[in-house]
Amino acid sequence: MRVMPYAAIGAHYAVHLPAPDDFAFWRERARGLIQCDVPPDRVSWIEPGATGDLFAAEGPSRAERRMPAPPADARPVRASQRFLTLARSAALHSEPTRFALLYRVLWRLQRQPRLMEDKADPEVRRLEELAKSVRRDAHKMHAFVRFREVQEEDGTPHFVAWFEPDHHIVRAEAAFFMRRFANMRWSILTPRGSIHWDGTTMREGPPARREDAPGGDPVEELWRSYYASIFNPARLKVGAMLSEMPKKYWKNLPEAELIPQLIAGAQAREAAMVAAGARDERARPETLAKVAQGIAACRDCPIADCGTRAVAGEGPSQAALMIVGEQPGDQEDIAGRPFVGPAGQLLDEYLAAAGIERGAAYVTNAVKHFKFAWKGKHRLHQSPGAKEIDTCRWWLDAERALVRPRIVLALGASAARGLLGRTVSVNRERGQAILLGDGAELWVTVHPSYLLRLDGAAREKQAVLFAADLAMVRERLGVD
Amino acid sequence: MVQQPLRKRDLRQKLEILADAAKYDASCASSGTAKKNSLGGKGVGSTEGMGICHAYAPDGRCISLLKILLTNHCIFDCHYCINRKSSNAPRARFTPQEVVDLTLSFYRRNYIEGLFLSSGIVKSANHTMEQLVEVARILREEHDFRGYIHLKTIPEADTEIIHQAGLYADRVSINVELPTDQGLTRLAPDKNARQIEGAMGRTKERILTAKDERKRFRHAPRFAPAGQSTQMIIGADDASDAAIIGKASRLYGDFGLRRVYYSAFSPIPDASAVLPLKRPPLLREHRLYQSDWLMRFYGFAPEEVANAAEADGNLPLDIDPKLAWALKFRGSFPVDVNRAPREMLLRVPGLGTKAVARILASRRHRRLRLDDVARLTVSVAKVRPFICTVDWRPTFLTDRADLRGLIIQKSEQLELF
Repeated sequence: MRVMPYAAIGAHYAVHLPAPDDFAFWRERARGLIQCDVPPDRVSWIEPGATGDLFAAEGPSRAERRMPAPPADARPVRASQRFLTLARSAALHSEPTRFALLYRVLWRLQRQPRLMEDKADPEVRRLEELAKSVRRDAHKMHAFVRFREVQEEDGTPHFVAWFEPDHHIVRAEAAFFMRRFANMRWSILTPRGSIHWDGTTMREGPPARREDAPGGDPVEELWRSYYASIFNPARLKVGAMLSEMPKKYWKNLPEAELIPQLIAGAQAREAAMVAAGARDERARPETLAKVAQGIAACRDCPIADCGTRAVAGEGPSQAALMIVGEQPGDQEDIAGRPFVGPAGQLLDEYLAAAGIERGAAYVTNAVKHFKFAWKGKHRLHQSPGAKEIDTCRWWLDAERALVRPRIVLALGASAARGLLGRTVSVNRERGQAILLGDGAELWVTVHPSYLLRLDGAAREKQAVLFAADLAMVRERLGVD
Repeated sequence: MVQQPLRKRDLRQKLEILADAAKYDASCASSGTAKKNSLGGKGVGSTEGMGICHAYAPDGRCISLLKILLTNHCIFDCHYCINRKSSNAPRARFTPQEVVDLTLSFYRRNYIEGLFLSSGIVKSANHTMEQLVEVARILREEHDFRGYIHLKTIPEADTEIIHQAGLYADRVSINVELPTDQGLTRLAPDKNARQIEGAMGRTKERILTAKDERKRFRHAPRFAPAGQSTQMIIGADDASDAAIIGKASRLYGDFGLRRVYYSAFSPIPDASAVLPLKRPPLLREHRLYQSDWLMRFYGFAPEEVANAAEADGNLPLDIDPKLAWALKFRGSFPVDVNRAPREMLLRVPGLGTKAVARILASRRHRRLRLDDVARLTVSVAKVRPFICTVDWRPTFLTDRADLRGLIIQKSEQLELF
């Protein structure tokens, strides 16, 4: 290459870059041109394959020959670290004018050393924008490269990906994949060139076509299953997805083919969940009479269709004591009143013995309908399930909110669940007060029907315990 | 319907059940851990500080990790949880080896940054925690896996097992579940607030100890280098935004958490009848994250964020909390972008931390005009009513009663295509 001893006055220079991402080459040429005092409007920067502008039309050979050499006493070229970092990134942008912009900023930096701090300067701002989109493209490459496994002839697995970057980032990002997949053999093919890693060395290859990459991988089926399952159809936010995963990437993401059907099905899935799992929003009744009406009309769980009628609670509306049983039995269902059957009669006896006036207490059940199975002509009691108790808890809460009892007595584990929301062991919880959220005291004991099922010594023992629990409740009621 | 025996279900069905069960965990972050790569090792994996979202789901959330449960069988009965004992959800259970294989298969194909592993509680808290730790141990020790691992820890488990978890994992988390103790008692009756906070406190101690040891001994083992995080369910109880913000700031302060995640309670199949019947607006979750941001990056005190809330203690949904604060405290505006200190610039609605940094750097070189500000910010229209520049002063805007209406953005519409 013949070098001119200095820059010719008024001459125009064309620099042909050997590769679109060759920052080092640009840097060296830019340094020389600035030392020769060649202003930005007299330099053309031409990428391989590009025709360049009017002044570069003479072709690379002549233009290269005309490169000037800096004078021996030329001042060194200076640039801030900030410029260098930004320039390295911005140079990878696919924008054809990027090298000219870089040269203009470098030129201005010689006279305005702190130019890079002036973020409001349009050229500095533009440089930052270019660098930002290159960083974003690199980040998306880290994220959206999808390897597919193929078997090499020697049996070792080879992971091959096809990716279409917007900018000239492939060579710069090879190191990221090397650090991550150091012990794998892999290739990333792109229209801008390809890179290959065999576990020890990196090799660059020519631009590739999509057909050069494998078409599928058995693990993709699992990945698609994961993608479809981890998504919550009740939270559809298509805009948020699109801003981070624009459609241009979709064609190379195996999971993206599911997106249209997932979106289309989402609202139906949410509607079904709401319909299956929840009831209509409704206001809490203002009176016990309205609670009773509501319970009668309630069809929130399957038990409601079983019995004759719903059984609401009864008693003074401001009772200090609320007694909660499990659910109405055969006789309660017929009478429409709580605790009128054998268990209710037994309860009355024990209450009287403990000195508690049943008429002063509000008596109700955790579940308001009778659950049973037919056995011949008889309706056989069936315990309510956790879900049924939880469903009916809404009504029990409504009753409690209106009566506001100071003491609540839960008879049996189902009643305790209706009040606490968890399954409790009666034996562990009895004999001590549990403080409820509204400040009321909850006392847990067995259901009187349990006593009815026992005989002999066992019954005597439990009867004593039951009486003691009621005595304790009486004592707490007496404390004012 | 008769359920198929578990062993006959193939891996794909299990993955569907156990990913579906994990989707209510909001965290999928994979950032902020110690840098590592697979050079010089036998396995795969790297972490370089910044997390990578490998895909986005149609719910707008990032997919960075393989987020699954080891099993969705659970002996607990938390009402907001699809996996509670009394739920009818189909059940499945992975072996630790299956989770390891899935993680490595996905990682090698660059689908994920690593693993987020949680579990329903089976047999006992200790047994479950041991299984979670076993997955991490196989990945790290047998496969030399150097990607990201987030383990959910179970507060009821023995401290020694939780300690093991932190040695293998990049991040550990313990969910506080609900913003108030009353909410926890009502909706997660098997859980205990004191136990949860006790476990968080011990984890914080271990993280600090490990950091301290690492300063003195280069080879001291790392303990959860990406710190600990937690999650709160929003809208399942009646806690107000102000109460939630207060709780979050206490958690940040007391336990040095990296993140508090908010998860809007959403309809789940077979929902418990104790739950509210309507889901809270998703926007509420977004507003809480924004307020979290204000405290972590914009110098707002929790009380100040709470001041932005309306009379009921909730943040307005139609505007972001920073704008809500600015509208309540109009006396602090306009802010002169050529003179104001950084703290005041950060209070201007529409100015982010980056824009503020650009303004501060630029104004050493020029007196900023409105079109300079326009170049430095995302939207000058949003900023304009609250600033003055050499050539701009909002003479009447901040006094206008309908200012709120003027700057409220169109509410988001659901897109279909």
